[in-house]
Parts: sequence; C-alpha cells; structure tokens
Amino acid sequence: MLNKKGKSYYFCWGFFLAFVIFLYGPTFTIVVLSFQGPEGGLTFPMNGFSFHWFHKLWEGGGYVDIGSAFRRSILLGLILMVLTVLLSVSAGMAFRKKFFGANFLFLITVSSLIVPSIILSLGIALEFRLLDETLKFLGDKYSIQWIINDFQTTLNMYSSGLGAQLTWTLPFGLLIMFAIFNRFDKSFEEASVDLGASSWQTFKFVVLPIIAPSVIGIALFGFTLSYDELARSSQVMGATNTLPLELKGLTTTVTTPVIYALGTLTTGISFLAIFIAIILFMIMRKK
Amino acid sequence: MKINKYFLLALPFYLIFIFFFIIPLILTIIVSFWDYTEYSIIPDFIFDNYKYIFNKCFKFSNDLCVTFKTYLSTFYFCFMAWFFTLIIGFTVAYFLVFHVRSVGMQIVLFLICTIPFWTSNVIRMISWIPLLGRNGLFNSFLISTGVIDEPQEWFLYSHFSVILAFVHLYTLFMIVPIFNSLIRIDKSLIEAAYDSGANGFQILTNIIIPLCKPGIIIGSIFVITVVMGDFLTIGIMGGQQIASIGKIIQVEMSYLQLPSAAANAVILLIITLLLIWTMTKFIDIRKEL
Repeated sequence: MLNKKGKSYYFCWGFFLAFVIFLYGPTFTIVVLSFQGPEGGLTFPMNGFSFHWFHKLWEGGGYVDIGSAFRRSILLGLILMVLTVLLSVSAGMAFRKKFFGANFLFLITVSSLIVPSIILSLGIALEFRLLDETLKFLGDKYSIQWIINDFQTTLNMYSSGLGAQLTWTLPFGLLIMFAIFNRFDKSFEEASVDLGASSWQTFKFVVLPIIAPSVIGIALFGFTLSYDELARSSQVMGATNTLPLELKGLTTTVTTPVIYALGTLTTGISFLAIFIAIILFMIMRKK
Repeated sequence: MKINKYFLLALPFYLIFIFFFIIPLILTIIVSFWDYTEYSIIPDFIFDNYKYIFNKCFKFSNDLCVTFKTYLSTFYFCFMAWFFTLIIGFTVAYFLVFHVRSVGMQIVLFLICTIPFWTSNVIRMISWIPLLGRNGLFNSFLISTGVIDEPQEWFLYSHFSVILAFVHLYTLFMIVPIFNSLIRIDKSLIEAAYDSGANGFQILTNIIIPLCKPGIIIGSIFVITVVMGDFLTIGIMGGQQIASIGKIIQVEMSYLQLPSAAANAVILLIITLLLIWTMTKFIDIRKEL
C-alpha cells in the first residue's frame, strides 16, 4: 500500500493543493486588491494599478494613528519575544529535573492554552481594576498626593497587556522546549560535566548550541503571536491600542482598500519575521 | 521535595502564571457574586448575576431563553468547526506522513501549512470579503457561469462565513497534533496488515485511526475550546449580528457590568472544562509531546 501510487496518492495530493489554495488564496486576493487604482473599490475588478492606498495609509488614512499603533505592536512583539525565550528556556531546563510544583505548573501552562481568551482577558481586567481601587483607597487614606492628583489606572500595554500576551506565548515556548528535550541526547551534557565543567558552562557551551536552532522557533512564536494577538489583550490594553485592535475597529468603519493595504503591510511584517527565523535556523543548523 | 535550583529556574515562569492566570481566574469567580451599579462594582455575596443569566430558562414554555439559545448556537459552531477541521486536518496530516517521502519535502509542506498561523487572524478574516461579498468573486463567478441569477447574500456575514473562517483559521490546530501522532506509527505495522490481506480502508480504520486517537483528541480540544470562547470571528464574520457567549461577555464588559460578565465567564469556563475533561479521559497529554 505504501509503495503504490494509487488513487489515494493522487487524491491526497489534489486535496493538499486545494487546501493550500484555500489557506493562501484569500490573503493573496487582498494583496492584489491593495494595489487598486484610486477609483477602485473593495472588490474586483481592479481599476488600474497604483500605490495610492499605501500612500493613504502612510498619511494615516484619515482614520487613526496607524503609524504609532504599528510601532507599539512591533515594540511589544519584540519585548514578548525576548521574555518568551528567556522564561521558556529556563523553565524548560528546570522541567528536565524534578522541582516543587512541576506538575502543577505544567497543568496551568496547558490550561492557559485552552481557557477561552475572553475569560482570561476579563479576569486580568478585573485584577487590575481592583488593584486601581486599592491604590486609590490607600492614596486617600494616607493622603498620597500623586495618587490623588495624577493616578488613573494600572491597566497598560506594558503591564496587563504584556501579561495577557505572555499567557498565550509562554505555553507554546514551553511545549517547544519539551519537544526539544524529548529528542535530546544527554550524553554530551554528561561528558561535559565529567570533564569538570560547571553547570553554567555546560549550558552555555554544550546545551545552548544544540538547542539554539529550536530556540529561534520559540522567538518566532513569541514575536508573531504577540504581534497579531487580539483576543486576550482586547480588554486589558488600557488607553493605547495595538495594531490588531485598530484593525478590528477598522473592519466595521473602513470601506476603502486602505484596509487591504494595511493588511498587506501587516502580513508582510509577519512573513519577514518568518523569513528571518528560517534563515537563522538554517545558518545555526549548519554550524 | 526540597526547593532546589531548578525551582528557581522555573520561578519567573511560575510567577507570571500565578499573577496573570491563577489570580485572574479566582477573581473572576469571586466577582461573579458581587453587586454593581452603572459606574462601580460592590463587594457582596449575591446570586443575582446567575439568576439573571438563567432568567426564565427553566420555565417550561415553547421558547428557549436567550442564554440557552446562545449556547445552542455556540455548540452548533463548535460541532461544525470541529467536523470540518477534523476531516481536512486528518487528510492533510495523512498526506504529509504517508505520501510525502523525503523528510525535507515533509518539512517544507508542513511549514506551508503553518505559516498562516503566524500572520494576523483579523487580516485573514477580512480577506474573505472580496471573495464572498455581494459583488465578490464567488458571486460574479457563479452568475457568469449561470449557476445563480442574483448575487447571494448568505455568503458573507452569515453562519456560513463564520464556519468557513473557523475552518480557515483553525485547521492547523488539527494538523499538528494528528501529524505528530501519525508520524510515530511504525510503518512496518501497516506493511504487515497489508501483507495479511487488509485493504486500504481496513488499514485506515483498524490501525491508523486508533493509533492517532491522541492527536485527534488534542486537536479537537484546541478547536472546540477556541470556538467556545470566540467573539472575534463570530463578530467580524457574522457582521456583528450573531450572538455568542464570548460576545455577551465582551458587550457586558464594555458597559462595565463586570460582575455579570464574570458570572457568564464562570459558566462558560465550567462548560468548557467539562468538555475538555470528557475528552482527556481518553489520553495522557504529556506523553504526546
């Protein structure tokens, strides 16, 4: 059965190709449509070819300050990337040995992946709201001037927003670490310890070079999942908006191809991140 | 067990989940029993939020209450999304494992399936508009070929487009775990079955499907939980016209009815956990990584 190229073989190839078209077709469509001429609308046919809508976008599109939302999202994505790598790798190393509460930590990490995002978003919003009220209460009680005069809220992109996104990126990071160490040959490490290396030296010179290509994968997840994340952070970003939040708002208000131009740009950034990750992965594999 | 250096290594990870996962969930449960006014939430221990949710739900009349209707609609989306992602995800994973020979090709094709996961969900939803809209590509195509006379309205902002978007977004959640299970199947088992005279269909139902059950269940858990709590896809692809539990929570939050939103979240959480618990009874997730 496995060696024959029977009906099943051709059916599966056909099915796979159809699936790939289904996956990429719609995105491809909006990339094409984002180059609509100035008179063009949201659907085909194309009314000429231009960069008109990208210019519009550059000028702000007349809607929101997309440029700063863009910068905020990229910065947040990079912070998430670094934190996800650091925290997942150290926790992943810890999980190779027994430690207090390891099973519990594993359980909550997996649960975090499957708890509906809106519930977590609500919970974090509640937490920070109660924190605000506590702070205001303390401010009044002890007449702390800056709280009484200036304090608004602790809800912020870099506090609650960051935390909400970490509950989404870290589980992926840890699962990748598990996958790495399930296939990890411990003898290199043992050899290093036998030769008198400290555990930090062993990690730096033996373990890290071996796992480095996969750590690139964790970084990719950290950046892209944060950059596109919406459900979890939707209620906890505070006064500022990230790009996905702006985009969601635009879906109901914008009726020009500007939104396609923005979509093309965002998807371009994601693809760039993926491309860089793959290149880095291949370079590290070669070493 | 003593607290060792490994515990310290995992500590930052631990703290993040305590502060941004455990405490928020506990607070949600607590606040669901609180009272509220238009601008504040008041510590209390009342069941009004729950009573309000199930208002008129247990009176025997012909009409279902809003809450039950919404859950029924959500279950419907769950089932449809689950069914199609499973069929498509299994077929794609099967193809990748059993029909693609070289490991290099396998990785490339696998990546092709994965890449969209790293791009924006909102954009992927929006990108259906030029295809499904009233003047969209599908309508013009069907009209020009004479299949339909008038543009169809139900392609976009309908149950159909919501399910389509779910399948589009989340089939990957099925492909990855099923692929992971299939690739561990010892090929000699299949050869043996074939040599003993089993046909392709028998091999599929008696060997491959039972052996990839864990992958199927993990994938199902992902898809079902993500659809259970969804408010974005149903919102955007449903043209903000279709109800879901996630949307109820989101709307209540925007009106600052936080205790009421919390009560809805608790019920949603319980139902989701029950679903997961039922499914995990069949497997040990940790063995499958």
